[in-house]
Amino acid sequence: MERPLTQYIHPGCPPFDIREYEMTGGYSALQKVLKSMTPQEVQKLVQDSGLKGRGGAGFNTGMKWSFVPMGDSAPHPKYLIANADEMEPGTFKDRLLLEGNPHQLIEGMILAAYAIQADVSYIFLRWAYKKAAQLLRKSIHEAYAAGLLGKNILGSGFSLEMHLHTGVGRYMCGEETALLNALEGKRATPRAKPPFPQISGLYGKPTIVNNVETLCNLPHIVNNGAEWFKSLGNGSADSGTKLYGVSGKVNNPGCWELPMGVTVRELIEEHAGGMKNGYQLKGFLPGGASTDFLTAEHLDVKMDFASVTAAGSRLGTGTMVVMDDATCPVGFVHNLQHFFAQESCGWCTPCREGLPWVEKLLLSLEQGSGTTEDVELLQMHTQWLGPGNTFCALAPGAMEPLQSALKYFREDFEKHVALRRCPYQ
Amino acid sequence: MITQKINKDNITTSGDTAHYTEGLQEEQYLTDLERQAIDHEVALVPYKSAAVIEALKIVQHHRRWISDDSLNAIAAYLQMSPAEVDSVATFYNLIFRKPVGRHVILVCDSISCYVMKYGDIYKALQEKLHIKFGETTSDQCYTLLPNCCLGCCDHAPAMMIDNDLYKDVTVDMLDRILQKYS
Repeated sequence: MERPLTQYIHPGCPPFDIREYEMTGGYSALQKVLKSMTPQEVQKLVQDSGLKGRGGAGFNTGMKWSFVPMGDSAPHPKYLIANADEMEPGTFKDRLLLEGNPHQLIEGMILAAYAIQADVSYIFLRWAYKKAAQLLRKSIHEAYAAGLLGKNILGSGFSLEMHLHTGVGRYMCGEETALLNALEGKRATPRAKPPFPQISGLYGKPTIVNNVETLCNLPHIVNNGAEWFKSLGNGSADSGTKLYGVSGKVNNPGCWELPMGVTVRELIEEHAGGMKNGYQLKGFLPGGASTDFLTAEHLDVKMDFASVTAAGSRLGTGTMVVMDDATCPVGFVHNLQHFFAQESCGWCTPCREGLPWVEKLLLSLEQGSGTTEDVELLQMHTQWLGPGNTFCALAPGAMEPLQSALKYFREDFEKHVALRRCPYQ
Repeated sequence: MITQKINKDNITTSGDTAHYTEGLQEEQYLTDLERQAIDHEVALVPYKSAAVIEALKIVQHHRRWISDDSLNAIAAYLQMSPAEVDSVATFYNLIFRKPVGRHVILVCDSISCYVMKYGDIYKALQEKLHIKFGETTSDQCYTLLPNCCLGCCDHAPAMMIDNDLYKDVTVDMLDRILQKYS
């Protein structure tokens, strides 16, 4: 089984420096591209490979790039940004790539920047990833010293600057237009689209924001081709491998690179070692806090974009949070809504006002003072804060675990009302 | 031109940037080290205000938190109004607008840590330090804060103290961890 993204990552060992990275084939994709491919050819290759964004939305990466103005009349500077602001609760996959092989990300970024002819690139890194920051700073420095960044890279005429930006903590910064505002020193509120960032992004210039895992795939696609990348998907409609994670009361929580489309059962039972002794699986969020619950009846669902959607949820980030039978679903969802209410940027009213209300309703249920009407009110909020009613995807994302909890664990909500206490305590 | 010494009464939300940008006193508030670091960041962006988050980080690094005086000084230095700077400073979780202790303990309270009972860790910390979330010990040693997902869900519960990450935290570990910070 091929694991292109993590084959040289050995947790506990320091990551490769530039020399070790180059000795194992690193930066050969960059040399190949600079010598023999046009930006358009790189775009087409990535589009053909079927690589979809690994940050959660799952949009074809090559297609996303294709909207960037190209040619002599295109506005400059153009920007390429690595979204390393991993902050979706339950998600810890990009940390592995950032700490495990920083040069892989840097090479991926230079390739993406070449494909869109960007002049400046940023890594927007989460503040909490202190080790990653240190490693990235060192690696960027090494890449500059080796002539892989800066002016006239490897004599190709292509130039690229790279900066590391560490954030100061806000979930909204993961939304790409909010991220742009944060980079410009503003409050991280989302921007109206259109214009899309590809046309008017950072400082009003064409900009691409790609997730870390997405970018890390690029050197391997360039080296091995689109067909190879598709074949990694092991019978799935989606190409490539994926970093999957499992957390919660399982025997072996962790993060693994596996072929796209591995089943939930394989993930939980094989890789995560099954549930801890004495606990049963009650439900799980397949791809982070803003994805709908699935339950034990979905164990054979394939973890790819289409299959998880068909099951009624989203692949999201592919890092799963498991809820066991000793954990109260109302308390679980209250924790999620507390997070979303706190992290709402306050820009639009349904999200700013609705989420704290949802949080309070859940708290009153959990504390035993909730009523049947409160449960109904929660149900209504899943509509009011749903898609189309808010400025960005934060509130609709927050409603996903709530609506599915009301669907699958309704009895638990009703028991809180009937007993006037939390039955799990 | 207003050159009065800045103090807490001098915060205004008038949006009138002129009298701040002209005041030399405010600029003198920042140390050479802080100004050099801010100048370095300003050189990387197309206009000064784009460096405001970096400036807040720099001043906080030197002074632990952003006081009203610091805020006014940054505003003057970057030719922004204090209200603009405060709107940014108060937006982000890790810019502190109130004094914090020498060490900031960030306990992850997000979902995986909830399932793995971060509540027990919080309860033990409360008992040991006699403070709740948002409070600082009377000796100014620790500030205790809740924090969103630290991206360490496979080793929950997790917490950070200053720049150090602690994984698979148990109540028994806390005394030994806290000893490292004084």
